Amino acid sequence: MFEIPDDRKYLESHEWTTTEGDTVRIGISDFAQDELGDVVFVELPTEGDELDAGDEFGVVESIKAVSDLYAPISGTVTAVNEALFDAPELVNDDPYGDGWMFEMEPSDTDEFDDLLSPEEYREQTE
Amino acid sequence: MGLRKPPLYDAHEDAGAHFTEFGGWDMPVEYDSIKAEHAAVRESVGIFDVSHMSEIEVSGPDATALMQRLTTNDVAALEPGDSQYSAIVNDEGVIIDDTVVYRLPDRDNRVYLFIPNAGHDEEMYDRWASFRDEWDLDATVEDVTEDWAMFAVQGPDALDTVSEAAPDASLGDLSKFQATFADVAGIECWVARTGYTGEDGFEILCPWGDAETVWSALDATPCGLGSRDTLRLEMGYLLSGQDFDPENEPRTPYEAGIGFVVKLDTEFVGRDALEQQHEAGVDETFVGFTLLDRGVPRHGYDIATEDGEVIGVVTSGTMSPTLSEPIGLGYVPVEYADDGTEVHVLVRGREKRAEIVTPPFINQ
Repeated sequence: MFEIPDDRKYLESHEWTTTEGDTVRIGISDFAQDELGDVVFVELPTEGDELDAGDEFGVVESIKAVSDLYAPISGTVTAVNEALFDAPELVNDDPYGDGWMFEMEPSDTDEFDDLLSPEEYREQTE
Repeated sequence: MGLRKPPLYDAHEDAGAHFTEFGGWDMPVEYDSIKAEHAAVRESVGIFDVSHMSEIEVSGPDATALMQRLTTNDVAALEPGDSQYSAIVNDEGVIIDDTVVYRLPDRDNRVYLFIPNAGHDEEMYDRWASFRDEWDLDATVEDVTEDWAMFAVQGPDALDTVSEAAPDASLGDLSKFQATFADVAGIECWVARTGYTGEDGFEILCPWGDAETVWSALDATPCGLGSRDTLRLEMGYLLSGQDFDPENEPRTPYEAGIGFVVKLDTEFVGRDALEQQHEAGVDETFVGFTLLDRGVPRHGYDIATEDGEVIGVVTSGTMSPTLSEPIGLGYVPVEYADDGTEVHVLVRGREKRAEIVTPPFINQ
């Protein structure tokens, strides 16, 4: 069984979001990292980038596959996890913790309503 | 038609393997981690189920004549128990397949066994049978793909691992490309000191029905085709259907860097075309490269000059697990093929700097 923490929301395309104060943190799920296998490369947005919900914000590559990453909500990128450039395997080792990808300040918090609850995401991955 | 399955499909599934389609077969691509499986082969020993590889047996008085005329290497040079890497080309000298040809010991009237790539068994059987008939040769051709399971035990500890399961055989006496019948776990197998990883190792053919007994007796890390691909890529070895393909990537052995398997002093289909190319030289050639910028090269990406002119295509690419560097293979005009030449690879449309490197990428 894959870990699907209850403290965040999900996209059908396997990204997760958590909210801490005014910022939202984004990464990919345990299910996604397992499907991809050994992650060897991550391309992320840069600080200050403006993203719309559904925008491609980067790419995660494993040895066997390339996968586009999509922004869960609209907003401005405030931080990226630069540790992933040297250690992309953090996405496999700790997808909900040290393997986070970037943070943003949301411009429309109503968009959270369009995301999947943990229960809905669990159903999708079963 | 459904995918063909290796005899140990259920056992691989129970071991947690992820599967992928390869040449019409549903094969394990990885068990847990391609990187870990790759490291096991480089550092100790891994075992691959390669039962999807095709097997064709050729025997009878004219077996040598038939093999000689349908493969580019010199089959007559093989003693019983020897094997050789070879190519199968069409009239234009374009590679249809690459293969290992085994000369079997003189018994049971069996003469040759050769291993075409996965999914090529029917095509190769038809090719051999139709040329035999056309040339009126006395040879028997049999597609024995589903008579034999095939395992590759590869890595610096491969000799110890296979010897443990085959205590009565002196496998250490086999030099590279030599083979023998030997009992492995009490089952008579064809054991060859061959492989496609760059490491020492053995390829073991055992009767399809005895696959589980033999596999279980070989104490090595189970590895899938994902790490087989990264291992062969680090060595610059060709992958059928990707680095050459008569439809999508028609290449001759000279272009593909395996001119050493072409023996122009033998008679074979495609010889005249290859002789002409040998005299004239090739326009494009197979090279390796490393990316200097961040990114991962993949099959199908363009290779361009520093001015942006597209000059070739990436046929294989990956992040090398051994080097942790992005490496790739592809074809470029010969004037760009020297080591150290800087080119660009278009990674999802973005120019990344790359440098030509002659494989292997790792020191052997």
